Amino acid sequence: MNQIRDIVNIGGIFESIIDWLTENGDWFFDFIALLVEGLLDGVTWVFSFPPALIIIAIFTVLAWKVATKGVALFTLIGFLLILYMGYWQQTMDTLSLVIAAVVFGLLVGIPIGIWASKSDKAWNVIRPILDFMQTLPAFVYLIPAVLLFKLGPIPGVIATLIFSLPPAVRLTNLGIRQVPTEIKEAARAFGATSSQMLVKAELPVALPTIMAGVNQTIMLALSMVVISGMIGAGGLGNVVLKGITQLKIDIGFEGGVAIVILAIFLDRVTQALSDRSGRQS
Amino acid sequence: MALVEVRDLHKIFGPNPRKAIPLIKKGLTKQEILKKTGCTVAINGASFSIEKKETFVVMGLSGSGKSTFIRCLNRLIEPTTGEILIDGKDIMKMDKETLREVRRYKMSMVFQHFGLLPHRNVVNNVEFGLEVGGMTKDERREKAVRAIKLVGLEGFEQSMPSELSGGMQQRVGLARALANDPEILLMDEAFSALDPLIRTQMQDELLDLQTKMHKTIIFITHDLDEALKIGDRILILGPDGRVRQVGTPEEILADPADDYVKKFVQNVDRTRVITAGLIKRRSPTVCVAKDGPEAAMRLMEKHGHSHIFVVNADRVLQGILSIDDAVKLKKEKVRDLSSKINTDVYTTLPETAVADLMATALETRFPIAVIDQDGVFQGIVDRAAIIREVNEGMDDQTLTPTALSDIHDELNEREGNA
Ligand SMILES: Nc1ncnc2c1ncn2[C@@H]1O[C@H](COP(=O)(O)OP(=O)(O)OP(=O)(O)O)[C@@H](O)[C@H]1O
Ligand SMILES: [Mg+2]
Repeated sequence: MNQIRDIVNIGGIFESIIDWLTENGDWFFDFIALLVEGLLDGVTWVFSFPPALIIIAIFTVLAWKVATKGVALFTLIGFLLILYMGYWQQTMDTLSLVIAAVVFGLLVGIPIGIWASKSDKAWNVIRPILDFMQTLPAFVYLIPAVLLFKLGPIPGVIATLIFSLPPAVRLTNLGIRQVPTEIKEAARAFGATSSQMLVKAELPVALPTIMAGVNQTIMLALSMVVISGMIGAGGLGNVVLKGITQLKIDIGFEGGVAIVILAIFLDRVTQALSDRSGRQS
Repeated sequence: MALVEVRDLHKIFGPNPRKAIPLIKKGLTKQEILKKTGCTVAINGASFSIEKKETFVVMGLSGSGKSTFIRCLNRLIEPTTGEILIDGKDIMKMDKETLREVRRYKMSMVFQHFGLLPHRNVVNNVEFGLEVGGMTKDERREKAVRAIKLVGLEGFEQSMPSELSGGMQQRVGLARALANDPEILLMDEAFSALDPLIRTQMQDELLDLQTKMHKTIIFITHDLDEALKIGDRILILGPDGRVRQVGTPEEILADPADDYVKKFVQNVDRTRVITAGLIKRRSPTVCVAKDGPEAAMRLMEKHGHSHIFVVNADRVLQGILSIDDAVKLKKEKVRDLSSKINTDVYTTLPETAVADLMATALETRFPIAVIDQDGVFQGIVDRAAIIREVNEGMDDQTLTPTALSDIHDELNEREGNA
């Protein structure tokens, strides 16, 4: 048994792939790291620069305009609670990390989803990869992320991005495939080019479904917060991990509550946005 | 030259369509070919032409290949073999760019389930074709508004499609198709999704529009009544995807090409197809400008009628004169007939369907006068002629009860003709 393991060593193959990548793809990963860092710094600055109360006010108004009064009230109380518990900076760090990961995730995921919807061949290749990505335990993403991007928030963003990417691809693909045949036919019959059809017909009609994918992507990204804390991504993940490792129940619990508040806020607001795009059509 | 010329068109769906062609040539049926090759023969060797400005209806049962055919014309579906010439140019040989031009400016399409963009309001939907063609905003807005007016949707420019009824949504579809003023209008079961009342109304409006616009309309339907109502000519597709007959409604009703078509038209309500113009008879008239009671009496006696229609010098119908009144006028030595002209007669246009005349025919004492738009007298339709049409549609075996008064009328009529 051990001999066979030596001959076909799955983990070993994986290891040599990563080795090869670190040696030969250095410039590429440095480039990615630079991009992620730029975006992450920018977003973090936006959320750290204004005073907490102003950001809370903005969030509350946003929740009110986009969702309901109830959500707005929850947002107000929830974020004040976070401030009161003393995790404001960590919460904003986590929010920045989630936003950076989601923005990159959508930038990659939506075009892949569009491509998958246009080509059955592409979809047949992409689908098993997505299945694989979604069933692989989230921890496993940390290893290559750390090896390729060292420790800190950048591999945190990368691991989160990869983990939360599948729903964006899946639902973009589904949304476009579900556009009624007659609408696609109408666009072609009136002389639309492929890109006109995509921009003027398919994407707008698929928007509610794509927005549902965005919502799921955000939720998955949030679920990675604690895990990515293990590689030093910082934010609320660190708080919870500290609670676990030092057996400080109070800290762990407070960190958990802050994550839940952030999650509910993001979910309700994006859900409302997705309902809105659905109602319009 | 015909505007659209279709030559030996085949469309075969499936993994290897060209393999099925020799089998078709050998005369295998649709089912046999499907079993052998896994290919579906949707259109099987269609050849025919469509003239400028005619309304050409393609009619067949579900699955006979109607949608496939109309989509071959603008290549939403790629034909397998054959030629489709539009203005002499083969659509099938066009490159993408040229084909787009044709779709943008030459022909447009109306869909069964409307195919509107749900996120755009009415005017933006109507603008769609102009927009993808690159027209400036002001220009396309103007054209869109004009098209919306044409289909009677003024005031709904800003509504979303989901706020409109089915009939109104299809008007938007029609406006979108008319906006770029195309020469050819392709309509795939455009009214089939509408409820019967709205459907009839839309048919009437299409006929109305057509008298103003003179487009070439290619209209798909599975409903023979609809085909007969709006088609100048009708093409009947068999279930095997073959063209069974092409002809005017009257030709198809009077002379079905084969048993399939015959069975098809058997259940047609003839009274909806046959018009007053088709069954009208000539009838003697007197002219109020030159004829006196003397002449009127002579004509009535000659034809055995108790009344006669009166026209003016331009043959515009003035009314009817009874023999009693003619006698009175003669006694009183009045030469002018105008004092005794009875205007209490029913008139109809030549294109009115017999079915629509039935109620009137049962009520009136006199025959119904057929006049054109300008009131010019064309002839008469009497009760007997209408009843004859109704009976014609029935199977020979079924004997329907006939009112005694109708029999009397018919007898009188025969006497009159003899
Ligand atoms: N994309 C396709 N692939 C395979 N077969 C098809 C395809 N589209 C149509 N067919 C087949 O071609 C034949 C003709 O179909 P088509 O849709 O043109 O009929 P139709 O007369 O429009 O029917 P309906 O009244 O139901 O709309 C049918 O047997 C259908 O199953
Ligand atoms: Mg059809």
